[in-house]
Amino acid sequence: MAELMAKSPAHGLTPVAVGGVTLSEAPMRPVWAVMPWRGKGAALSRALEQAHGLGFPEPGAMITSGQLGIAWSGLDQAFLMGVEPDAALAEHAALTDQSDAWTQLVLEGAAVRDVLARWVPVDLSPAACPPGSARRSLVGHMSALILHPGGDRFEVLVFRSMAGTAVHELTRAMRAVAAREAL
Amino acid sequence: MLIPCPLCGARDSREFTPKGHASYLDRPAEDAPPQAWNDYLHLRENPAGDTRELWFHGAGCGAWLVVERNTVSHAVTGARLAREVRDAG
Ligand SMILES: [Zn+2]
Repeated sequence: MAELMAKSPAHGLTPVAVGGVTLSEAPMRPVWAVMPWRGKGAALSRALEQAHGLGFPEPGAMITSGQLGIAWSGLDQAFLMGVEPDAALAEHAALTDQSDAWTQLVLEGAAVRDVLARWVPVDLSPAACPPGSARRSLVGHMSALILHPGGDRFEVLVFRSMAGTAVHELTRAMRAVAAREAL
Repeated sequence: MLIPCPLCGARDSREFTPKGHASYLDRPAEDAPPQAWNDYLHLRENPAGDTRELWFHGAGCGAWLVVERNTVSHAVTGARLAREVRDAG
């Protein structure tokens, strides 16, 4: 009998290391979109706090606690990561499983902001994008959610179908930045 | 051109899609006379100067915005969530 095997979206494409920047794929984990019903934002935030110890994040923010995280991901939407949402949340919000719909790429290294600046039309400097930031924007032509836990680490979420393009384009940017540094 | 999204901050215009004049928010009632629907669908303000338009932040937060801008100078002077504009009447 065939044994089906779960493959991550960027399986076999990462890791890539160029000029002190590394690109890898984070291990797959539960990712759920949490979207409050109209007028239920405050109640949802309380229920989230009670069930998972994390409130609903402000626009542009991410809250983490141990292995759990919740990142703002758009108008009235956040991604709860690392756990399946408690059933009680369904009273206040639409919940959809996004776990295998996204690849979560991890870029790390001193030049990581220079690499992202080649594709992302938003300011990711420490002053404009402090630790705990979540930004919806573009990587080239791809819609992305960009998380910054801190240090020189950024997590770039793009749709699963775009994993190959994302790895290709980010690798090109890593090469270009490294070539420039070598001049 | 930067558009000041109320949720995301100032963002490059490539993240947005324009729709047209903000009068699109003033949708006639379902049983309104054909003339009202005709005017709503086909008669569009197109001023040279200050105007209010609907823009979709599709590559950002996914919100519809009412953007105030000047079609002559291209200056963008403000943006609000379209649903807040609508709910305010
Ligand atoms: Zn926005």
